[in-house]
Amino acid sequence: MVGAEDSLLRRAEAAVAAVPDPELPFLTIAELGMVRGVTITEGQVEVALSPTYTGCPATAVIAAEVAGALDRAGIPGARVRTVLAPAWTTDWITAAGRSKLLQAGIVPPPTGAARPALFEAAAPPCPACLSPATERLSAFGSTPCKALYRCTACREPFEFFKCL
Amino acid sequence: MSGMETTERTTWLIRRADDALVLGHRLSEWCGHAPMLEEDLALANIALDQIGVARAFYQATAEALGSDEDRLAYHRSERDYLNLLLVEQPNGDFARTIVRQLLFSAAMVPFWRGCAEGTDAAIAAVAAKAEKEAAYHLRHAAEWTVRLGDGTEESRRRTEAALAWLWPFTDELFEADAVEQAMIGAGAVPDPAVVRPAWEATMETVLARATLSRPEPGWPRSGGRAGRHGEEFGHLLSELQYLQRAHPGATW
Repeated sequence: MVGAEDSLLRRAEAAVAAVPDPELPFLTIAELGMVRGVTITEGQVEVALSPTYTGCPATAVIAAEVAGALDRAGIPGARVRTVLAPAWTTDWITAAGRSKLLQAGIVPPPTGAARPALFEAAAPPCPACLSPATERLSAFGSTPCKALYRCTACREPFEFFKCL
Repeated sequence: MSGMETTERTTWLIRRADDALVLGHRLSEWCGHAPMLEEDLALANIALDQIGVARAFYQATAEALGSDEDRLAYHRSERDYLNLLLVEQPNGDFARTIVRQLLFSAAMVPFWRGCAEGTDAAIAAVAAKAEKEAAYHLRHAAEWTVRLGDGTEESRRRTEAALAWLWPFTDELFEADAVEQAMIGAGAVPDPAVVRPAWEATMETVLARATLSRPEPGWPRSGGRAGRHGEEFGHLLSELQYLQRAHPGATW
């Protein structure tokens, strides 16, 4: 029945889209651009997810959370699979996602940016005082996706979501 | 990939998976011991990226061979591992670890780019992600090489020693035996003739900026691709495999 399957699909999509990222819980995996699609084949719900970094330890957690969210939405037994291609890119983070990152004090990655040459780097502006006079403390921060910066104007540290 | 012998492809996959696993393991040995907190994080994060690549290739191999990733990673013996000798070299001091990272990453960036544009969809998918991450690894190693080379007398001495020690292991990065030739012929992976010049160019740029000289070519060290490893490799495996060997099939 097309109608029933449509509504099942919509319920599944809504449940999946709302799953929060375990490390950045103010963001959903949909806002991170990780949800590749939800399909139903003969009543079997399947979710395709794009992992971010290849070694991201949250990937397995997210897959489990997605299955759990579907279970709680009355859709048990859903299959979650990882899709590597096309490669996830920070360009897929939605505008809402970027705005939430900034609100949380994390500078979002610029979209469509060309990779800087080997000894050059983009300097993100300070999310607190907007000064461009920032310096990098560490290229690798508390999670693989973020770098640690400091503003030399207002002296506040902040994190930068790296371009990938 | 029609007409390709499965064994050549799975050998190729195992080689790359082993490179990533062994390097990831070496880098993880710095966890809690790095010279500063930022580097503890950096090396651990780079190690994590390597393990991610290793898993992707072990999973692809496991699928082809009817095995599983844990059995491939933890239950083979020395002669079965086909990683480069470069990545199994002990960490040594921080300079040696950084130089090892520089030498490896400078080759992997053009190598993964070539694979990402190749005919093997599964390899291309992993390579597209690995290339982006390798670019960050290279950046980190290059910046540190400059800081250490153009640094204090001690940092310079240690970096020169690291270069001299590790340089002989770099030829193996560009070896192309029958297995590699088969994959190159299928258009799945790039020819070393393309990768090596890119590596040389990066070396020239970084060493010049670091005011370091390129070591003289010496006796090239090779054999990892055929399962012939140094003595340290056995010790590495005894740590890497301990838990799985003591509790076979254990899961978290």
